[in-house]
Amino acid sequence: MKYILLMSGTKAGVEGYHAWPKQDIEAHMAVLHRINQDLTDSGEFVATQGLAEPKEAKVVRGEKNGLPVTDGIFPESKEFLLGYWIVEVPNAERAYAIAGRISAASVNMPIEVRQFATHEAKSR
Amino acid sequence: MTKKWDATSEHLLRELAPQVLGAVARRFRDFSSAEDAVQEAMIAAFTQWPQEGIPENPRGWLIQVACRRMTDRMRSEIARRERETAVSAETENFVPLPEIEADMDPDDTLILLFMCCHPALTPSSAIALTLRAVGGLTTAEIANAFLVPEATMAQRISRAKQTIKASGTPFRLPSPHERTERLPAVLHVLYLIFSEGYTSSIGSHLQRFDLAREAIRLTRNTKSLLPNNAEVAGLLALMLLTDARRAARTGPAEELIPLDKQDRTLWDRVEISEGIELLTAALSKAAVGLYQLQAAIAAVHDEAERAEDTDWPQILALYELLKQVSPSPMVTLNHAIAAAMVHGPAKGLALLRALDTDPRLADHYRLAAVRAHLLEKTGDYEAAIKHYQVAAARTTSIPERNYLMTQAARLAGN
Amino acid sequence: MKYILMMNTMKAGHGVPSWPKKDLQAHIAFMMGFNKELHERGELVSAEGLSFPDQAKLVHAGKDGRPVTDGVFPESKEFLAGFWIIDVDNPQRAYEIAAKASAAPGPGGVPLNMPIEVRQVMSGPPPDML
Repeated sequence: MKYILLMSGTKAGVEGYHAWPKQDIEAHMAVLHRINQDLTDSGEFVATQGLAEPKEAKVVRGEKNGLPVTDGIFPESKEFLLGYWIVEVPNAERAYAIAGRISAASVNMPIEVRQFATHEAKSR
Repeated sequence: MTKKWDATSEHLLRELAPQVLGAVARRFRDFSSAEDAVQEAMIAAFTQWPQEGIPENPRGWLIQVACRRMTDRMRSEIARRERETAVSAETENFVPLPEIEADMDPDDTLILLFMCCHPALTPSSAIALTLRAVGGLTTAEIANAFLVPEATMAQRISRAKQTIKASGTPFRLPSPHERTERLPAVLHVLYLIFSEGYTSSIGSHLQRFDLAREAIRLTRNTKSLLPNNAEVAGLLALMLLTDARRAARTGPAEELIPLDKQDRTLWDRVEISEGIELLTAALSKAAVGLYQLQAAIAAVHDEAERAEDTDWPQILALYELLKQVSPSPMVTLNHAIAAAMVHGPAKGLALLRALDTDPRLADHYRLAAVRAHLLEKTGDYEAAIKHYQVAAARTTSIPERNYLMTQAARLAGN
Repeated sequence: MKYILMMNTMKAGHGVPSWPKKDLQAHIAFMMGFNKELHERGELVSAEGLSFPDQAKLVHAGKDGRPVTDGVFPESKEFLAGFWIIDVDNPQRAYEIAAKASAAPGPGGVPLNMPIEVRQVMSGPPPDML
């Protein structure tokens, strides 16, 4: 079963992270990198991505006169997706365990766990 | 004199893979390293043969290349341990091919099947290893079939082999008693490969390896190695009878079409005949097993020219047998559908109530979907819509979700 | 340049839309056609859906290192419903694609104009982010 593990944060939270001492940021990256390697070794890794700064985020709501209607204003409290992991595991418990590990490596920030929908039909 | 690479060459190459692996594993007494070496030889063949043509002795070519990889690896392993002086005659580069080929055993493929479907392995590991070692697929092809990165799939296979090594399984055919015990695991893996392939054969823009066809090929090979085994024949029949409906399962917008609405002119009658023939022969042999029963049910469906011609009483009887041979919530569910077709939807709904307290199924989308279908038949549209929506919210399959939402919408429009 | 286009749903317990059948079919067909076109143009990296948010869990590590799964989502939380990852030459093309997805037809065939969040995806672990 494929699960996606989502790490989110507010703009303020991200700015706080940027203010960390450089070696703390690097140490954090190193732990996450290690987790990714372990997931590959265990045969569970499917994908991971980091997203660019929330301040670059835009929302698009349809088209007007053939052009996208975009704006970049969000409420202060909005949680932005910062990155995700996709893993393939035999059950939800294993997905939670991996999420727990990512959380522990990231000042215990909560990680959202969601099951992927498949493009396949279940067998009839 | 080389032969030109053509449309049938890939199939030929894959057929050779387990034979080559058997030979090399036996020679070097190291299944795990041999499997890596053969994989490398296969990739070399896939790269070179389309350009240079197929060698006169393709199997010999593969064996030679794999053996060279093995000896190279052993040399560097020995060098790594700084014992270069201990190079023995066994690591000589040249391996006499006739010697190896004389050693080959027609049972090698069967040995590999039992090895790869070892009970100590998880289903997904066994599937991956079987596809590579017995199927001759490359790691990239298997990764693509399961939509995971190649490195991940390589690791799954590597760990599977470590598990087998740790189990101390020797490279020989299990005893007749062991074979009887372990054959169900082999058949289960083949069935899972088919199932994965069949459910993912919904047209999508992703070009994925056809695992259903591969499962059929591997099961055919297994049947030729165990020609008197009724369950193997039953499994092959089940696959053919199911695969026969492939073209009718999806509509022009890639929507799912249920069995009773399929255009039966699109069913593959050749596969159906073969499936029925196999099944008839298998049923006459021995006590009826799980795959034969499932194949028999598929055969009854496939024999009906129109949905309304389906012999539901026979299907109901078969599900009653299946409930005894291999009870499961899914079997109970399917039995309820058959009972509804014979005795009316109220009877089916009554049978479903037993599943409401089964923790394995209570929250499952299929229970809600079947309930919705039966409620619709009783005319209780409001309840049916509700259950179609519940099922749509629960399923993790996008095509299923679309289908169920559409059913709810259809009823709401009435 | 890689972008992620995210479609959110407002609440946990979000139900299945109850639109008229032909509108539902039109919406599904639109989405398939949309993905197909992106694929044919070589712009589609992946298109994925998530299962409905009622099964979502918020996880953090407990004192003994084991995962704790009883985290509570804020009432106003937006849940990710699905996303596309596209590979395009410039941000304008990304917004254009997002606009098309956003304008997918809903009830009565009227464009939904769902908000689609557009973010650039980093090609490797970014030096100053995750």
